[in-house]
Formats: sequence, C-alpha cells, structure tokens
Amino acid sequence: MTRNALATDAAVGIHAFGGYIPKRRLQKKIVAKAHAWFNPALAAHAKGERAIADWDEDAITMAVEAARDCLGGDWSSSLLPPRTAAESEGEDAQNTIAHAILASTTFPFQDRQNAGVVAEALRLGRRISTLDIGGSQRAGTSALITAFEIAAGGRNAPLLVSGSEKRRTRAASPLEFTSGDAAAALLVAPGEGVARLLAHATCAVDFVDHYRGPDAPFDYVWEERWIRDEGLMKIVPETIADVLSKAGLEARAIDHFCLPSALRGAGAGIVKATGLPAESLCDNLQGVCGEAGAAHPLVMLSHILESTPPERTILVVGFGQGCDAILLRTTSALAGEDGKRPGPRLGIGGHLKRRFEDTNYQRYLGTNDLLQMEQGLRSEVDRQTGLTTLYRNREMIHGLVGGRCTRCGTRQFPKSGICVNPNCHADDTQVDHSFSETPASMRSYTADRLTWSMAPPAYYGMVQFEGGGQAMIDFADIEPGGDSAPELEPGAPMRMVFRIKDLDPRRGFRRYFWKAAPAGTDTIEGSASDNGEAPSQTQGGVKSDG
Amino acid sequence: MAKGIRDKIAIVGMGCSKFGERWNDNAEDLMREAFTEALGDAGIEKDRIDAAWFATAIEEQHTGKSGIPLAVALRLPLIPVTRVENFCASGSEAFRGAAYAVASGACDIALALGVEKLKDTGYGGLPQRSRGSVNDLYWANFSAPGAFAQLASAYRARHKIPREDLKRAMAHVSVKSHANGAKNPKAHLRNRIDEDRVLNAPMVAEPLGLFDCCGVSDGAACAIVTTPEIARSMGKSRPITVKALQLAVSNGAEAQHNSWDGSHLMTTRKASERAYEEAGIRDPRQALDLLEVHDCFSITELVTMEDLHISPEGGAVKDVMDGFFDADGALPCQIDGGLKCFGHPIGASGLRMLYEIYLQMTERAGERQRQKEPALGLTHNLGGFPHQNVCSIVIVGQSGA
Repeated sequence: MTRNALATDAAVGIHAFGGYIPKRRLQKKIVAKAHAWFNPALAAHAKGERAIADWDEDAITMAVEAARDCLGGDWSSSLLPPRTAAESEGEDAQNTIAHAILASTTFPFQDRQNAGVVAEALRLGRRISTLDIGGSQRAGTSALITAFEIAAGGRNAPLLVSGSEKRRTRAASPLEFTSGDAAAALLVAPGEGVARLLAHATCAVDFVDHYRGPDAPFDYVWEERWIRDEGLMKIVPETIADVLSKAGLEARAIDHFCLPSALRGAGAGIVKATGLPAESLCDNLQGVCGEAGAAHPLVMLSHILESTPPERTILVVGFGQGCDAILLRTTSALAGEDGKRPGPRLGIGGHLKRRFEDTNYQRYLGTNDLLQMEQGLRSEVDRQTGLTTLYRNREMIHGLVGGRCTRCGTRQFPKSGICVNPNCHADDTQVDHSFSETPASMRSYTADRLTWSMAPPAYYGMVQFEGGGQAMIDFADIEPGGDSAPELEPGAPMRMVFRIKDLDPRRGFRRYFWKAAPAGTDTIEGSASDNGEAPSQTQGGVKSDG
Repeated sequence: MAKGIRDKIAIVGMGCSKFGERWNDNAEDLMREAFTEALGDAGIEKDRIDAAWFATAIEEQHTGKSGIPLAVALRLPLIPVTRVENFCASGSEAFRGAAYAVASGACDIALALGVEKLKDTGYGGLPQRSRGSVNDLYWANFSAPGAFAQLASAYRARHKIPREDLKRAMAHVSVKSHANGAKNPKAHLRNRIDEDRVLNAPMVAEPLGLFDCCGVSDGAACAIVTTPEIARSMGKSRPITVKALQLAVSNGAEAQHNSWDGSHLMTTRKASERAYEEAGIRDPRQALDLLEVHDCFSITELVTMEDLHISPEGGAVKDVMDGFFDADGALPCQIDGGLKCFGHPIGASGLRMLYEIYLQMTERAGERQRQKEPALGLTHNLGGFPHQNVCSIVIVGQSGA
C-alpha cells in the first residue's frame, strides 16, 4: 500500500478533458441472437449496444481523436495556446505539452512507442517525453497518477494523459458483449484546473482474474463470481478507505464514484461495503458503449466532468492486479466565464450521441479477423512500408503537413519544391502547413467495390480544404445503408481523422494516415468555440463545430 | 514556331490481333498476329523497318521490361527498339515515337507496336499493385473505376444534373458501344445490351456499374509509318496521313489545386486545342468524321465529348441521348465498340483506335463501314486518373483533308 499525501500548496489538477467513442454501435441483441444456438445464456447480455472501432481504428488512432477532442475544446485555461497562434508562431507554441502518456493493454506495437505516434499526429514537437503504460486494466489510472506525480514535481508544463482500448474478444464470450472501444484524454498540470487532485492511493495485489500471454489473441478469464466477491469486493474497498483517509474525507462526501466494471452487483456491493452514497455510483456506460478496459476509468471521469458542477468530489478507481483510487474535487473553473461552461469539442457525451447503429455482426467478425473471409487475390498485393520512406515523410503522413507558398499564399498537400498554383510555380517558397484541423468539403466521391479493402466498399474522394488545398483521400465513418447516402453529396462538410491507412499482415506493421469523415453530425454536439481549431475555420463556409 | 507534324507522315500498314481472353496465347503470339497483318498490309519485308517503338504498360504481368521482347518476338534484325510506357496512352506514345523518327529523317520506315496480356492475374479488372513507396503512404485506395467514378459526382454537381439523368446517358454510351462491338469480329465483347441491363447491373464503383466499365483484354495492335513520298513509291496512291500528335500531362494542379473541380479533364482540353491547331481544324464538331476516345468508363466518354470541344460544356448528355455519337449519328464515337467492347489491352489501345479509323478510311471496315468515307478522324487516350493523367490526341485523315 502506497501513501501519497499532497501538500496543499502544490495543487495539481485536470485542466482539460476529452474523449472519443467510435461512431459505430454494434447492437447486442443481434450478437446474442447469432449465438443463441450455442449459448442461450448470453441472452442476459442482449440489451443495448457497444461501441466498436472500425477496422482502421486502434488504440493509437482513438487516443489521437480523444486528445484532439480535449485540446480542441473551449478552455478558459491559458495552458494551451490556441492552434491559430501555434500555426502563426511556428513550432515553439506547440511545445507547451511536455509529456504525452498513453495507457492501454491493446497497443498496436509491442516495440515502437505508441505514445510517440500519438504525439506526432498531434504535432506536439520533438522536445517532449512520451511514455506507454500498459500491462494491466489499471494502466489508465496508473498513468493519471504518474502524471499527477510529475506535475507535482514542480515543472510547470502540462501533461497529456490518454487511455485507449480496442479489445479483441472471442465470439460468444461474455467479454464480446461487455467490452467497448473508446478513449479518453486528460490534460494534467500544476494548479487546480477544473478538477483538483485531493489524494490518490494504490494497492498492488497479484489477483489474476484474467490474463493474456505472449501471442495470445484473447483474454483467458476466470469465474465472474470469484472476481467480484474475492477481487473487486475486497481489494477496492481497502484502497478506497486508504484514499479517503489520506484526503481526510468521509465516504459520504463522495458525489461521483467511477467504477469501471461491467460485473453485475459489483458497484452496489462496493458502495454498500464502503459507505459511499448509493447515488454516487456513476453509469458505467455498459448499455451505450461497453467497458473500454484500461481506458474506461478515464472515459467515465471525462464523462462526469462534462456535467458535474463545481465543488463536487469524484472518486475514480482502476482495478487490475490491485487497485488505484484517485480523489478529485471540481473547481469553480468548471463554471466558466460569463456563464459559459468550458468543455471538450464533443466529449464523451457528444460522442455517445454521435452514433449510428450497426446490425451487421458479420461485418464486425470479418473486419476483426474473427471470421476468415475470402479476401480474394487482390488482397495479396505487398503492403510493405519502407521505413526510410516513412521516416523521411513522417510529418506529412502523421501530421498531415503540407505546404503554404510564402509568395502567393497557396496551400497545398503534399508540399513540393515548386508551388502548385499554375499562376505562381515559385521555387523553394513552401513553409509547413498542417491540414489536420482544417475543415474540408467534399468535391467528388465513390464507393468502390473493386479495389481491395478490409471493409468494402472503399469510400474515397476529392476534398477541398477551407482556405485552399485539395486532395484525393480515403473516407472514414460512412454510415451503412447504400452507396449513395445523403451525407455523400458534393459540398458535404468533412473533418479530418487519424486512421490506419494500411495493414501489413505479413510483417505485423500498420501505417497511419488521415482520412476525411462526414462532419455533418458533429455540428449538433459541437461546443461553442473554435478555440484550438485552424484559423480558416472562422472564415465561414464549412464548420465542423460551433 | 514549330509547324507540327501535319501531312509529314503516312500510315502504310496496320494490324490488330483479336482482342479478348486469349488464354492460350503469350504476349509474343499477340504481337506476331498484329505484326503479320500490318506487314502484309504494307506489302514490305520486315528488313525495311529501320526502328521500332514498343508499348506496354503493365509489363510485369507479361513481357518484362525493355524493347527486347518485341525484337525477340518478331526477330527484328538488330534495329533500334525503344520501349515506352505512359499509362493507357502508351500505344499512342509508341506511334508518336515512330512518327517523329520518320519526320525527323532519322528513319524511312518505322514500326509502332503495343501489346498487353492482362488475363494472367487470376482475377478480373486491372491488377491491384503498388503505386510507389511514397504514394502508397497517402494516396486514396482507389481503383481505376473508382478514380473515374469521381467524374460523375463532380459533373452532376457542376451542371446540376439529376443522378438518374446522368446514369441514363452513361447507359446510352455503353448500349451504343455494345451495338457497335457486336459487328466487330475482332472485338472482345460482342453482345448487344439494353439500357435496363446497364442500369440494373451490379455496382463496381458508384455510380459505375458493370456495364459502365470497359473490358480488360489481351491483345496487340501496330502501325507501320513512313513519309507520304515513300508511301506513294510503295503504291499507296492516297495514303492516310497524320494531321496532329499531341500529348498533355498533368502537373499536379488537378490533384492539389482548387482550380480543378473534378468535373472535366484539364489535359484533354489542352491537348485537343493544340491538336486542332496543328491539324488546322477550326470547328471540330463539323470537321471530324470519326472519334475513337478513351471510353474506359461510360462517364469518361461522356465528359470527353465536352473536353474535345465537340459538345458544349454541360451539353454532352443531350448529344449522347440525341444519338449524335451513335454509329448512324453525325459523328460516330467508338464505331468499332471502343475500349468498352473491342477491349482494352492497355499498350495496344491507342493503336487499335487508329486501326479502326484506318480501316474506315480505306473502306475495309466490313459491316461497320460508314457510307460516306471519313476524311478526318481523331483518337484520344487517357492514361492514369482524372486527377492525374496523360492525355494523347492523334488526328489522321485522307491525304487532302
């Protein structure tokens, strides 16, 4: 048991928060029906839906989107300069964030720093420390505690903490129903922020409720009743008691208790055992998202921060080979200025509403390699990535960095030695210009059933960026229901998203790039400000939020 | 100011293999089939040929690189052979090389031959392949039909044409080409189809259905060129001569610059303007008698009618529906079936187009023969994709035209 009491003069807190939930929601009743012949007991899980990442999403891409949701929000905090300033002042302004920590148990790379890819996609600059934390369902809360400790260590620079999870589950397993894919991102820094850290506590116990060994594609899980009664019910209360005692608080003082467990009865049992108010138990999003593993405590925390008023106490728990407990108290900063509450771009709540139902369980099985589909001879093309090629072009590929001509102002992707403007063609006049935050509109499109794709049809088309520049680019998040959906008409607003471009199954590599996703539905949930978005966004025309 | 190629080159012999699924033939067999016909047509021995240009686009599927495969297949007598590749304009590029060589005086007689053997991939359509190590990192995952399908949505948006109207005009393009192909014994696809069949076909790349897409074929075609003087000395009293040879290649503006909206082909407009200038044609809609354009997809043929300045901008749908380009229309387009039905062995296609115009002008087109002997004909190739392509234009005609 560790004990870390914080001096009150060294306040640290969460200054910004955000999240990401994939748009696609698999309907659990469809899954239960498919397995009814095999295991009718699964009908107990048939209610609601779970968020499922598409084939081109993983823990890295979802972390990038969660971080964009966080950093692109409307914060009164002066921790982050708006992207507009960063763009005009060059690289330095983006180097405000000093650490990027990514927690997951489903990192796409075992030996290539996953947080490093996230940092490059966010263009955080190279003077930054990056860190992956994994190995346990507790990784998300451990990453947050680590960030608090670094922040308390005195350096003034903020830390970006992300949790992201895309768990692969065996067909007809309970986990297939209870898991969800999601990510959350929190900006931690000295100062109270929107939620001040009161105390944290950790208890380490090698309680193995499940495990995944090397090369094992799926979790091996022990009996649920034992996990609940001997694991959660004993280890969590012990840690909660510890953190409450460190903060000098009574259990009844807790307003929100985030317990990231899908096990039925666990929450009620712990509340009863610890004396927490019954109403403090937060929705674990089981019916609308599913449990996102190591990311889930951060997802739940981010969700609560969207709606809770100032001066509320939040208890967040992470469970896995022991327990982390974090106590936070929301501050007046959450009330915002002029009555305008600060918040992320969409947040977990916004992402929960930004959804479409997916009743195609076969597609889920196929794209997750749970069913061997005939991929055809076209799939055999070699998708090797030249590591030299990727390294040389990494800013272009990971940061969607193109060029802007200093003579005529034309923006283009990719950058080139000679300006693309037919009326300019100046040599060596290009400076870096990223398009990742620039709204775009669609000029043309198709739904291609000939080209090989993990999830046909392959949607792609020409998009035009606000302020100039255009590119033929893959599309993401196109809703099912025909190749000529209304969201696919020339002029439709698009938003760039970071995705897997290609998988190379022969070598276990995957390359990332940006895709254009319909931005139309985002306008419903967008926050009121353009802070953190590209300068061109305020110029009218396409708006991805606000 | 360069005066161009007009009437400096004569075509004295042409040949074309049967196009189609030539399961039992290698590329070399197809080359020999086309060449034997052309040599007989020219009435010369092969040792009269001073140099050759050899076109293939996807050589890794059949012959491999270099000019050697042609020299070996035809047992050419150690003459210069240059292999050219410029996507689907490769065949026209070979013709351009041979014509320029003769026009320069470096050769008296030159051969242009194109071949493609595509039916060894194990699947339909063009081969799925890498686009280059940097391009693979960011290019959209597009196929040829998908890249050309973009034209349809952009064209609809530009000209505010209802989806159904455009789809129906596209269907007419394909129905017409099938009717023409049915009369061509060398064509790959010889079945007649109706509009309903086109409209109800499975989708390949929205809005292009199966019948909006051309066939992928095996085949070869070739041309033997010389000067008009030598042609006459060979007994060709009224040789078909070259009026214009033009090429326009994208420089990235379409792909990257907002000046292009995706509804037309910048290169075709530029290349055709230069070709008409070179050929001394003021009004192409009136002057031209035959068109063989790159109808890789129905939508490509439709917008090409505007980019060639035949139909007014936004007016191709009307011309198509009016039958202006039908075999019995004012200006037949793809009277041999086109890429759609004659087939599309990439390296051979530009030369195959010339072959049909040559047959029509020498009144050897059989069932497809136009009543009035055509005086001027145009071929058009489009290599690559609408947003990044190579466009070639060749205009040929009767000696006096």
